[in-house]
Amino acid sequence: MQDQLASLQEEALAKVEEVSSLDELQQLNVTYLGRKGSLTSVLRGMGKLSPEERPVIGQLANKVRETITQAIEAKKATIEAELLEHQLAEETIDVTLPGRPVQVGGSHILTAVIEEIEDLFIGLGYEVREGPEVETDYYNFEALNLPKGHPARDMQDSFYLTNELLLRTHTSPVQARTMEELKGREPVRMICPGKVYRRDSDDATHSHQFTQIEGLYVDKNVRMSDLKGTLDQFAKKIFGEDREIRLRPSFFPFTEPSVEMDISCKVCSGKGCSVCKQTGWIEILGAGMVHPKVLEMAGYDSKVYSGFAFGMGPDRIAMLKYGIDDIRQFYLNDIRFLQQFHHA
Amino acid sequence: MLVSLNWLKNYVDYGALTPEELGELITKSGIEVDGIHHVAAEKSEQVVVGYVQSCEPHPNADRLSLCQVDVGDEVLQIVCGAPNVQAGQKVAVAKPGAVLPGNFKIKKVKLRGVESNGMICSLAELGVDEAFIPADMAEGIYVFPEDVEVGESVEALLNLNDAILDFDLTPNRADCLSMLGVAYEVSAILDVPLNLPDVSVTTIDEKTSDYTTVAVEDPKLTPYYGAFIIKDVEIKPSPLWMRNYLMAAGIRPINNVVDITNYVLIEYGQPLHAFDYDRVGTKEILVRNAKENETIVTLDGQERTLKAEDLVITNGEEPIALAGVMGGANSEVTDETKTILLEAALFDPFTIRKTAQRLGLRSEASNRFEKGIDPSRVKEAGMRACQLLQKYANGKVLMDPAIVDHIDRQEKIVTMNTMAINNRLGTNISTDEIKDILRRLQFNFEVDQDDFSVSIPTRRGDITIFEDMVEEVARIYGYDNLPYTLPENASRPGGFTKEQSLKRAIKQYLQSVGLTEAITYSLTSEELVSKLISPDIQSEDVQPIALPMPMSEDHKFLRLSILPELLKTLAYNRARKETDIAYYELGSVFLSNETTLTKQPKENLRLAGALTGTWTEHKWRQEKVTVDFYIVKGIVEGLFQFLNLPVVFKQATINDLHPGRCATLHVHDQLVGFIGQLHPMVAKQMDLGDTFVFDLNMETILALHEDKLAYKQIPRYPSVVRDVAFVVDQDIQANDIKMSIETSDIPYVTEVDIFDVYTGEHLPENKKSLAYSIHFQDPEQTLTDEVVDDAFEKIVELISNTYNATIRS
Repeated sequence: MQDQLASLQEEALAKVEEVSSLDELQQLNVTYLGRKGSLTSVLRGMGKLSPEERPVIGQLANKVRETITQAIEAKKATIEAELLEHQLAEETIDVTLPGRPVQVGGSHILTAVIEEIEDLFIGLGYEVREGPEVETDYYNFEALNLPKGHPARDMQDSFYLTNELLLRTHTSPVQARTMEELKGREPVRMICPGKVYRRDSDDATHSHQFTQIEGLYVDKNVRMSDLKGTLDQFAKKIFGEDREIRLRPSFFPFTEPSVEMDISCKVCSGKGCSVCKQTGWIEILGAGMVHPKVLEMAGYDSKVYSGFAFGMGPDRIAMLKYGIDDIRQFYLNDIRFLQQFHHA
Repeated sequence: MLVSLNWLKNYVDYGALTPEELGELITKSGIEVDGIHHVAAEKSEQVVVGYVQSCEPHPNADRLSLCQVDVGDEVLQIVCGAPNVQAGQKVAVAKPGAVLPGNFKIKKVKLRGVESNGMICSLAELGVDEAFIPADMAEGIYVFPEDVEVGESVEALLNLNDAILDFDLTPNRADCLSMLGVAYEVSAILDVPLNLPDVSVTTIDEKTSDYTTVAVEDPKLTPYYGAFIIKDVEIKPSPLWMRNYLMAAGIRPINNVVDITNYVLIEYGQPLHAFDYDRVGTKEILVRNAKENETIVTLDGQERTLKAEDLVITNGEEPIALAGVMGGANSEVTDETKTILLEAALFDPFTIRKTAQRLGLRSEASNRFEKGIDPSRVKEAGMRACQLLQKYANGKVLMDPAIVDHIDRQEKIVTMNTMAINNRLGTNISTDEIKDILRRLQFNFEVDQDDFSVSIPTRRGDITIFEDMVEEVARIYGYDNLPYTLPENASRPGGFTKEQSLKRAIKQYLQSVGLTEAITYSLTSEELVSKLISPDIQSEDVQPIALPMPMSEDHKFLRLSILPELLKTLAYNRARKETDIAYYELGSVFLSNETTLTKQPKENLRLAGALTGTWTEHKWRQEKVTVDFYIVKGIVEGLFQFLNLPVVFKQATINDLHPGRCATLHVHDQLVGFIGQLHPMVAKQMDLGDTFVFDLNMETILALHEDKLAYKQIPRYPSVVRDVAFVVDQDIQANDIKMSIETSDIPYVTEVDIFDVYTGEHLPENKKSLAYSIHFQDPEQTLTDEVVDDAFEKIVELISNTYNATIRS
């Protein structure tokens, strides 16, 4: 019987070695180890053995079962691995084919510029204010030290709706509105982005509608050097750390002293080129120390409080930053234009 | 203001600075130099004055002349092609060896067989920028006045070496509307001395009062009026240098009298007017307000109808000039004029501004009156003109001009101290430095320790308060020298309001689901303003707001909806073969129910979207999705889900939208906007394809939004789903059944999803099948089949009864 078991094992292992499919392997499992299998039928002869032989043979039979089972399991793993390999080979795809496009939109470039500037000033402790686009003559002009008949009103030809109402020509009225709302309380730190309107014929450099961001800082002991430092931070953040700024005296009825801020030309690094009209500098914004009359009209004692204000044009900033040569592009909404700025 | 540097040099020596360097210094100190023009871009050499001794036709060419030209040391034979060359003229001759701009070398040549030894030049050939060539000299060669010396170099004679600075003056710096004002400025910036012109005049022994008297009706409107009489004037061209300076200043030379008044206008900033004394007709000048509807024919030949607010100069009877604006034709100086009545006056800026504006007669003179002229220089300017008329028109100046003078000559005092200035600027300027700055500006002052009392000269009418002086000190000290600081006040976090953060979040959402932000114009056309107005606005009885004076018909009305202009951008893109567009815009519309506006309109923030064309396409798999109602609805539903607001869509009819594909949106029974397909007729009118739009009232939506996020326990027990299909009439709306189930009191229902809509085979006419998945859940325990069956039966019964539905098996 020992010989029978030994040859059974030998035969089974040889068969296992030969099979190539899981089905055949399963078949072998049944043939040798099943309830009606070869091993079982050999063991049926156990009854004829002596009590001394039985445990020896039993032990041997278990060992044979174990050996065959192991061989089958091992073969199974091999076949399964081969099958998987085959399947994976069959599932190979052309990874260079395009994926399903995901529709993603984006901000208008003016919004992107405005949001970048908002974020900068929020970091400096400012809040964002908004104001009406249809303004009263009082807030648009008079509260900003531009009484009726003032020659500087010529600087901004306006769309009047009635004698007293007009489309705001700048975001500066929000200065007056904010200070009036705070009624002499401190501090005032705000910026106001928004649409503004002027009677200009639309061409490459003029638009009857454009955007502005007004800024205002009022507190005790605010100095002109604070304005210079703030604008320097703005310029470096928006235009690059290597930009220099320069302030030039200018005139706005609502600030005194008044300044224009230039930044050094990026194209020529200040050497002079066609972009900066050979000056090395590009005009970016107007600013100044809040005029005492403006403070007083809004209820701030100009002997105690001082402040600075600035106004800039996101349209102009975007044009300079990205080399856009026609302001009308912002309002035509040509998809081929807008999409150019939909990148991080 | 155009500033000729050759002219300026007469008053202030700016040393070896180039025009560019000087311009940069002036710009940095407060007056923007917008451009620098060189009269001749390049130098001409060996170009001299020549006298045309004879001028004969060229023997071999019709259009050429053969000239013998005396250039001082020799006589040159020159062939000239200019039609205006004549014997007896003095002309600019480029001799052989001369080099003209453009490296054009003049040589001896033969032209059509005749020797030509040089060239007679036009101003353009000498390099003069076209902008500086008067119209009457643009054609042909330039002809000098007779009194120039033959053989003299033309460079100085024609001011070819001049450079002109173009000042972009801010309205406050009217003082620099004069060469003298500019000279004061340059003298202060460079700290160099100033040479003012000598205005002494020799008068003859005749009294002005024998010729005229002067009276002023309202001294407030005419604080000063001076009349000077100059006899025996000879009208002729003015000297070449004066003509050159005027041309450089952008003024066309006319004759000596006109040129002298213009010269003094630019030099002093003081407008003058010369009347032909004999044509004035009386011995009286009266300045008064015009009578309503009085008329005057002005110098340009136009008859002007006046208003009582206009100021006129009269001869006691009728107007002879419109004060500060333009002279009258009836008293104009002509070639026959012998005696001049010269006016030097000061008029009220607002009056001049109004008149000039109303009549559209803005001029160099009215501009200066409007912006304010130096009251203490009015008489001096008159004297300067008399002096020049004496010298260049052989005039005889009468004694004691007739003058009415109500000028307040009191200089304004501004007080300041060193610390206050430094506190405002953030600087550390010493009292001595401030003293030096005031000296350079030529401001008189007294100083006690660090306290200044500054007398502001009348030429600087813009300086009235401390802050103005802060600017003066700062700009001479140099803005470049200000330190960079940040405010030292206690800092405080900045931030957005809830609405501002939400607006940004909403934009982010829309962009991430595929929409692109557009910004369109707020002003629209009459045709478009009435289109696509949301029902929530319609119900408020709004009136479109029109601009009384629009720039164009396209931008005449304030928008009542964002959509029409947004749709225009879709059409713009479509015309450029960009047919797949998904745009949104966040912006205000302007609402008022007044027919005549008396108060600000309500500005209503809205969110609009317009989508057309292909939504997504995966080409190589031939998968393509075109924008339809449900794509846009999904985006809008997603937005409300993002905002955690329950929204209900109700079938609606809205103008300009497809009547069967349009819904209004409601949150808590409040109408918040609409969605729909653009009516095919409207789409066709606007050159659009199938287009889908939405328009939401963001103001209402933002107000409805509540910040109420809170954690809810995640259910521990599984939910059970049962599917059912109801057969109902075609006009039953899917959502009604869903809502009936969800809002019934049948227990354990958590959600109802529609998953199939079917009409056609196996169903009767006018019937459809709506299939729903109904979700049941008990937060406390696992539901048993019996409980679910019971609830499901109740639902079937409810829907069958309510909608006359049957179960589709």
